[in-house]
Amino acid sequence: MTSTFDRKLLLTALRDAFRKFDPREQIKNPVMLVVFVGSLWATGELVRDFSPFNLQIVVWLWFTVLFANFAEAIAEGRGKAQAESLRQTRTHTSARRLDSGQESTVNATELRRGDLVVCAAGDIIPADGDVVEGVATVDESAITGESAPVIRESGGDHCAVTGGTRVLSDRIVIQITAEPGGGFIDRMIAMVEGAKRQRTPNEIALGILLVAITALFILVVATLPAFTRYSETAAGQPAGTVNLSAPVLVSLLVCLIPTTIGALLSAIGISGIDRMIRRNVIATSGRAVEAAGDIDVLLLDKTGTITLGNRMATAFIPAPGCETRDVAEAAQLASLADETPEGRSVVVLAKETFGLRARDLAPAEATFIPFTAQTRVSGIDLHGPKPRRIRKGAAEAIRQLVLADGGHFPEPMKSAVENIAKGGGTPLVVAENDRVLGVIELKDIVKGGIKERFAQLRQMGIRTVMITGDNPMTAAAIAAEAGVDDFMAEATPEQKLARIREEQAAGHLVAMTGDGTNDAPALAQADVGVAMNTGTQAAREAGNMVDLDSNPTKLIEVVEIGKQLLMTRGALTTFSIANDVAKYFAILPALFAALYATDATANGPLAQFNLMGLHSPQSAILSAVIFNALIIIVLIPLALRGVSYRAVGAVQVLTRNALIYGLGGVIAPFLGIKLVDFILVALHLV
Amino acid sequence: MNPTDWLQLAAFLAALIVLTPPLGAFMARVLQGERTFLHPVLAPLERLTYRLIGIDPTREMTWVGYTAALLTFNLLGFGVLLAILLAQGALPLNPQGLPGLKLPLAFNTAVSFMTNTNWQAYSGEAALSYFSQTIGLNFQNFVSAATGLAALVAVIRGFTRRSTATLGNFWADLVRSTLYILLPLSLVLALVLVSQGVVQNFSGYVTAKTLEGAEQVLPQGPAASQIAIKQLGTNGGGFFGVNSAHPFENPTPLSNFLQLLAILLIPAALTATFGVMVGDRRQGWVLFAAMLTLLLAGFGASWWAEAQTNPLTQLAANMEGKEQRFGVMNSVLWSTATTAASNGSVNAMHDSLSPLAGGVALFNMMLGEIIFGGVGCGLYGMLMYVLLTVFIAGLMVGRTPEYLGKKIEAREMRLAILVLLVPSALTLLGAAAACLTPTALASLANNGPHGFSEILYAFASAANNNGSAFAGLTVDTPFYNYALGVAMFLGRFVCLIPVLTIAGSVAAKKTAPFSAGTFPTTGAIFVALLLGVILVVGALTHLPALALGPIAEHLLMLQGRSF
Repeated sequence: MTSTFDRKLLLTALRDAFRKFDPREQIKNPVMLVVFVGSLWATGELVRDFSPFNLQIVVWLWFTVLFANFAEAIAEGRGKAQAESLRQTRTHTSARRLDSGQESTVNATELRRGDLVVCAAGDIIPADGDVVEGVATVDESAITGESAPVIRESGGDHCAVTGGTRVLSDRIVIQITAEPGGGFIDRMIAMVEGAKRQRTPNEIALGILLVAITALFILVVATLPAFTRYSETAAGQPAGTVNLSAPVLVSLLVCLIPTTIGALLSAIGISGIDRMIRRNVIATSGRAVEAAGDIDVLLLDKTGTITLGNRMATAFIPAPGCETRDVAEAAQLASLADETPEGRSVVVLAKETFGLRARDLAPAEATFIPFTAQTRVSGIDLHGPKPRRIRKGAAEAIRQLVLADGGHFPEPMKSAVENIAKGGGTPLVVAENDRVLGVIELKDIVKGGIKERFAQLRQMGIRTVMITGDNPMTAAAIAAEAGVDDFMAEATPEQKLARIREEQAAGHLVAMTGDGTNDAPALAQADVGVAMNTGTQAAREAGNMVDLDSNPTKLIEVVEIGKQLLMTRGALTTFSIANDVAKYFAILPALFAALYATDATANGPLAQFNLMGLHSPQSAILSAVIFNALIIIVLIPLALRGVSYRAVGAVQVLTRNALIYGLGGVIAPFLGIKLVDFILVALHLV
Repeated sequence: MNPTDWLQLAAFLAALIVLTPPLGAFMARVLQGERTFLHPVLAPLERLTYRLIGIDPTREMTWVGYTAALLTFNLLGFGVLLAILLAQGALPLNPQGLPGLKLPLAFNTAVSFMTNTNWQAYSGEAALSYFSQTIGLNFQNFVSAATGLAALVAVIRGFTRRSTATLGNFWADLVRSTLYILLPLSLVLALVLVSQGVVQNFSGYVTAKTLEGAEQVLPQGPAASQIAIKQLGTNGGGFFGVNSAHPFENPTPLSNFLQLLAILLIPAALTATFGVMVGDRRQGWVLFAAMLTLLLAGFGASWWAEAQTNPLTQLAANMEGKEQRFGVMNSVLWSTATTAASNGSVNAMHDSLSPLAGGVALFNMMLGEIIFGGVGCGLYGMLMYVLLTVFIAGLMVGRTPEYLGKKIEAREMRLAILVLLVPSALTLLGAAAACLTPTALASLANNGPHGFSEILYAFASAANNNGSAFAGLTVDTPFYNYALGVAMFLGRFVCLIPVLTIAGSVAAKKTAPFSAGTFPTTGAIFVALLLGVILVVGALTHLPALALGPIAEHLLMLQGRSF
């Protein structure tokens, strides 16, 4: 964890921790405010009634506040460091604004939504926008960390550009889509800095619980003097037999209120967002990170998420009387000019299986026939002494072509075509003149390990739905191979949106990824919408997260981070409350040790509850306070890292966490307080 | 601890467990407005009631409307009862010619019976006319229990309905609860009690000569009808001053068995009603299991404590304050059950329980009357603990906490915490005020830690609407009448209103379907977590006070010291 705690970060955090003693900072955290006010009161009493014991109590009370400040400062510090590096990229740029065809140089901050600006090679793009004219390569390493340039062009799904990135070649006209200060990088900086960090709904609910517990313990401690006074009178002992001085009462209160989780709560929230950023996902709000933990339906695009990119040619199946090599050769020729990934994969397969090299054909030798919606076939006409007319296309289209030329479509080919379709592949039939040569099998390649991933998700109670434009038969086959729970075939953006609404109406929380403008409504509707950074501006605006790596599989990680965030909060809350049991056993017997004692030197009956065998009432109280302060420091790494997470069902997760943080939370302080007591005695501090 | 004791305990538990499912299912039918075997007889009466009070039972109410109707009805009832108690001297059915109560006592008693607490700062036979008892108090015995049922059913509807603003009709729930559940059960129990010798008449008191030749006044009255509902409706307000320890109120072992069972009967069966209404009986059994575990743990501790030899008296079985005809086991089973269930009736004097058994009774109440608890309010109180458990533990599975498919968010958390916090705060603040008020301390009959227990017990009993008394404390004083009256009022309504608000809030939410990622609220792990939360929250809140009361007293007793 060197990156978590490098020296500079620690020093900055320590400085910030002292700065946070400002009451205006303290008031933001009610639990720690109580400690702060209590420490002030105890300090006031110390001035009036000085003793080494009181001094130590007061010092440790202030340490408690300091440690809480430090926990928050270190979480914020990591964000600040990232923001700083982002900010460096956002140098003040000027822009060439187009006003009715006239270029004028203005400051980037003067740009408004809807303005048109021109950027040429070497220019920094002045603000977020869409390319409306031209195509250019852009260096986006400032936000993605990825040095390879990307292509941005007008129209289509790759038109969005981000302010602060640099045009490497060509000239583009950009329509600005963000107001000054509201751009992508600005939001990113605000997010990582936590400047605009609003408390999330769950954090607020937990905050209420903590405030309520604090209020309850204030009552418990506030009524204690009255109860004690009665008991002293009833025992016939003088007032003051039970030491209820301010430092002692504040110690009791501070030990009982949930300071551990109170001190770490905001650090947990900040580090959740931080973990997202480390995986190159920018969440537009902490709320989105939290919602990710609740997701129980994932809508995943087939292409890129479940399968590797596009369909690939995987086999050549010859027609009766043909050699496989002939099929491969013809298919290769027909695909030479086909620049689609499928077309290229045919050429690759032919080369791999038969060593057929791609040939350069002069226009005199051959004419390429491109695919059209009317003919639904593509291919090549080879001129020369023996003209060859090679076509490839869907079975039905080729059949009609061959029949029209007087040929026939062999029976075995029909069954081969059907088998491929049933298996989730796409058959492409290759014909030469009036003869069917064979079939090319195109298949989706399911990503390795994805099936196991889905099985894990299922255990976590998350259902996966594959979205594809394929026909239902193909979709079903791929769905079965990938192990998704459900699929939507021949899906349109409208159907996607409808499906999300349907799932939500049934009470599900839905996450999806998307990049195109037509994905925007669905991204906005989904509870967690992760837009690809390569996507359009509209998509990036609609989603509540942006994945800078544009990797759709990351949705799964996003869900895990959300869950881990909530689990960390729950675990530390449980731990914090469970700790109180031991603290009671340390402090109450110490407080009431002399009550109902038969003489001034003997112990009263309640001293029997000193189960830990702590040295003296003073050492017991001091040990509890010290343990309470140190546990904050000890748990900072856990708060920042998150509790360990495994993809298993709720029952297992619960059992495990309840044992570690619940039962562990009861036992740990017994050992910890005893240890502190031992050290205090050894050092003669009490 | 002889075989007869074990046999009686086994019979009691068996009866409770066996009766829970059928009675629970029956109540679910009634509360959902479905037909039952009683409908041929009672349906005309139900329709007549609606016509008389002029309401349409099918008109749905929002949580605000429901709460407003509930409060209006209760406050009206309070006003009428207060007037009856103040004016009883001028009212009929008063053969002893008892005068009207003074204002502090009348206020305290009226609040007490309206809130299903039945704290009694008076002695029935010495202070109240038959009119006050049967018309005034007994009416409230029925409707305060029915109010609890109505509030509960509204809460259950909140969890089962989805995306709606309404929770049902308060008047229909009130009438159905009274007519189909409380009245028939009370009638049956009253008749059996009469068969056992419980008095039921409107005669004047009888003067008898004892064997020793002394004169003794034997109080009479319509006792059986009131005792049945006081047990069944977790009211607890006895007809006679010493409650079910009185031979005319609880004469035989059989009457004792039935009254004991009646304390827990409806609250226990409501867990099954809950299971039926939410469509998953396991959800009900889980709550039943948690409640029964707490009951048995408390009972076990009490029984053990009672069986220990007291170093001061050298007696093994602590019979002080207990009736010979019931013995130790039946007395501590009652003391545990009555404090667990917000009933508050007694068949032995709690002041004379051994320190730890008294401490268990105290702790039962301090937990908020959720171990079966009061009719309706016990279960909704338990549900607040469930929400708290689900919130803390639910986070640990990495999801926004949800219960029965409803997300538990800031609003629900704020309200649930309020419900759990208010009675504890009232107990602590009230007891502290008493400790600092000389006139309040003057009411104490005992010194030492026991005196502190008496004060603590009074406020725990009032704030949690239990109503049982530790006794030993003279509570018919303006301080206690007003302080405890306010505690009872706040303890009831500052809890009830947030509970109904939660019901309205969750009713408006969507219901998330159950999946492998959902925090499971059935099964042993959940019971363990729920118990953990209840005990930790309860213990952490009250341990300092308990240490100064029953725990200190127990330790001092072991040292042979008394005060």
